[in-house]
Amino acid sequence: MSAAAPHSTPSGGADGTRYAADGTRSAVDGARLEAGARPEADASAARLSIRDLGITFATDGGDVRAVDGVSLDVDPGRILAIVGESGSGKSVTARSILGLLPETATQSGAVLVSGTDVVGLSGARLRAVRGEDVSMVFQEPSSALNPVFPIWWQMGEGLRAHDPKITRKQIRAKAVESLRAVGIPDPEERIDRFPDEFSGGQKQRIMIAMALSLGAELIVADEPTTALDVTVQAEILELLRDVRDRFGTSIIVITHNMGVVADLADEVAVMYAGRIIERADVRELFAHPREEYTRKLLGAVPHLGGDSAWTALSTAEQEAIEAAEPVVVAKDLVIEYPGRLGRPAFRAVHGVDLMIRQGEVYGLVGESGSGKTTIGRTIAGLEKATSGSLRVLGHEMIGISERAFKPVRREIGFVFQDPATSFNPHLTIEECIAEPLVVHERGMSARDRTARVRSLLESVELPGDYARRFPHELSGGQRQRVSLARALVLNPTLLIADEPTSALDVSVQATVLELFRQLQAELGFAALFISHDLAVVDSLAHRIGVLYRGELVESGHGPDVLHRPTHDYTRRLIASLPVPDPVEQAERRRVFQKNWGDRVD
Amino acid sequence: MTVSNPLPPGEESLAQDMELEAEGALVAQDAQAPWFARLPLVSHLRRSVGLQRAMLVVGLALTAALLLTALLAPIIAPYSFSATSADGQDFGTQLPLGSPGHLLGTTVSGFDVLSRVIWGTRTAVAVMACAVVASLFIGVLLGLVSGYVGGWLDRILVMLADAVYAFPSLLLAIVMSIVISGGQSSAWGGILAAAISITVVFVPQYFRVIRAEVVRLKAEPFVEAAKVVGTGHGRIMGTHLLRNATRTLPLIFTLNSSEAILTLAALGFLGFGIEPTSAAEWGYDLNRAMSDATSGIWWTGLFPGLAIVLSVLGVTLVGESINDLNDPRLRTRRPARRRSGSVTAATAATSATAAASSPAAKEARA
Repeated sequence: MSAAAPHSTPSGGADGTRYAADGTRSAVDGARLEAGARPEADASAARLSIRDLGITFATDGGDVRAVDGVSLDVDPGRILAIVGESGSGKSVTARSILGLLPETATQSGAVLVSGTDVVGLSGARLRAVRGEDVSMVFQEPSSALNPVFPIWWQMGEGLRAHDPKITRKQIRAKAVESLRAVGIPDPEERIDRFPDEFSGGQKQRIMIAMALSLGAELIVADEPTTALDVTVQAEILELLRDVRDRFGTSIIVITHNMGVVADLADEVAVMYAGRIIERADVRELFAHPREEYTRKLLGAVPHLGGDSAWTALSTAEQEAIEAAEPVVVAKDLVIEYPGRLGRPAFRAVHGVDLMIRQGEVYGLVGESGSGKTTIGRTIAGLEKATSGSLRVLGHEMIGISERAFKPVRREIGFVFQDPATSFNPHLTIEECIAEPLVVHERGMSARDRTARVRSLLESVELPGDYARRFPHELSGGQRQRVSLARALVLNPTLLIADEPTSALDVSVQATVLELFRQLQAELGFAALFISHDLAVVDSLAHRIGVLYRGELVESGHGPDVLHRPTHDYTRRLIASLPVPDPVEQAERRRVFQKNWGDRVD
Repeated sequence: MTVSNPLPPGEESLAQDMELEAEGALVAQDAQAPWFARLPLVSHLRRSVGLQRAMLVVGLALTAALLLTALLAPIIAPYSFSATSADGQDFGTQLPLGSPGHLLGTTVSGFDVLSRVIWGTRTAVAVMACAVVASLFIGVLLGLVSGYVGGWLDRILVMLADAVYAFPSLLLAIVMSIVISGGQSSAWGGILAAAISITVVFVPQYFRVIRAEVVRLKAEPFVEAAKVVGTGHGRIMGTHLLRNATRTLPLIFTLNSSEAILTLAALGFLGFGIEPTSAAEWGYDLNRAMSDATSGIWWTGLFPGLAIVLSVLGVTLVGESINDLNDPRLRTRRPARRRSGSVTAATAATSATAAASSPAAKEARA
């Protein structure tokens, strides 16, 4: 396999030699990028070398140029982070390295993996590159493993593909070896287990072990920790770093999380609108971002304890909130999901006490499965409370009938996590926002409704003519604004926001959070703000509650929880949160390693 | 057709969102088009390309021919379906192809083959319409209620639907036709007998499809958003669930239409159909042509058979193309021209979905 291997793209190899000529437009980008990078490396030594990559997708709305003239190199043993907003082309670039693009894509340029150009490569030759030279770790470890086969079999699949004569014994030995390398305890016994017997973090470890067992020299990790909890994320990041140190593996990490970048990467490439606009050493990038866009991106990342919402209030305001009437009072609240026939019920929330006062924003933090969403849904009447007491706006929720609760519903607004699915695709934005009015204000004329919708669109900072658009025509951030407008259309006393910004890009998240803060100050509604991100919650919530396995382990004002945590879990949560500053993060990582490093989830 | 790339792991959980996203894209795209371009088949035709378009066009042409023939049968057909004589003169039996006045010859009973084939389209279309419309309404209504209400009602209805599946459909149709028509054989009696028996068999299909969609949709946040504000059950079912659950209906609609034709033909072939004096019916003609085939008279059987094949083929092609065109993962698009299209920050990672306009790009520019 030589670098000069002929290649062709789906629409012909007309410009197949462009990358070799190296004198076109990309030279401008290339020169600029290499100025910030380390001394000139020999191109043949690079694990990965992308030259003037262009990817175009055929869509219903015409051709979309997703990646345009991207050139980058990754040297052995280096970790490169590609950051950018959704749609910047970072995932598409990463997928093109393994030839994983959908068939609507057309590629140009060259992607040299250990000297082999994978653009236009197909069949056996592409498969030879996949696995042996480059491997991929996906975002969602649970769906990347086949649930009906044991772990060793799945690891063997790749081994067999590259060496058909390998024996079962050799596969098992190799599987044990690589599982041990990624820190799975008792690998001899556990290779016979099935994926559902492992936790999310362990599954991600297994995915990394698979890449290692094939001897992949380059691992492409597409948002490898996004689906994981912060505490597990810290362990996986540690593992990736360890893999690099021990095996000299090059790693490309695709992420939108600046904390992860600061924690893991050696170099960073910032992508915007299909191009790499800045590439630099990680410390250099965080300390002296060159491009305006990079500065904006870094500025939008919430810093832990950076601006606590509680300390931003004046003493009088703090006292006013402390003295206000409670809107939600939970005492020893237990919420169970009925089990299937013959199985015991699943207890999602064990004896939680919490109180949300008029005008107060209560932030609920916890990892997935901690019961935080369940509590929010129960307060909104979407789930039933099992025992204890839950009073919402003066109504006891245990055993309440839908008929009795209906008048209360107009006092509660709800913002859902996923802006893509929280609107009926057949209704216009106006119809979506007006839905609560149609239900609760039957006498209202169509003209009044339109006026109310317009004024709300204005208050969430969207142009009035968006009323006639359909949800699909709006971006995620805009849809989340509409979602906020819909929740506020009846002037509710209580707003429940279930991870409203976790599906958004950092910069968009910052503006939506700012809008939320403004509206809350203006309208004075009480809010339950549910999130897995401690930094986001602290910037918004007056009081923070930390949930761990269905129990409220910590509760108090922002600064108290962040600086004087009483529960071990809270301490670990705070310590494992990566901060977007490589120098500070290196120190935090050392502390985390010292205190919790020996723990494997 | 090429096998499309499956979704990469990690994006399967987004598959459902993608369906909603795709639906949203189509709605938004169609909203800007003039009203006639929004009609189901027209919009499909506009979206299609290449082989899929060819399939759809052939299917539409065959189906249109079927419908037109049915509509204009009295004008096109040279004789009535039950005529064995004209102007007091018998046609004669088993006349060969191209006989004067009988382009396709006559049958053993002395009917004109061409007239029988043409009039047969009317029976076929009538059965198709009655059967599909009845099962559509009953099935959709039951599926919607069953999926939304859930619980014991759902369990009982699913069980009943399964029980209907367990019957061989033809046997059920035979029993129904005997029960309904009671051995009589008037045109409408026969048509309704066939239609109702087909309805009974088809209702579970609509029921299952709509129920599955409703069960999936009712967990979607937009339905919960409606619940949170206290929207009534009727409005949730009508506005939020039904409008989003009907995407697959054109497919079953067309596939069932073709199945209706086949069932009617099978009933006629087995002798449970309509008497030749009441209406023309291809299955009956095939039955009578069986003995002809051994004596070298092929035209009495070939043409009714061809009529069945072409009508079923036409309707099925329409259905299959609609199915492919509705699914963004199956729909083929014009290949991208290199170096064209502006540089946009599209949601390219999920560009398998129909990204009509790229909202992320708008935001990036804002």
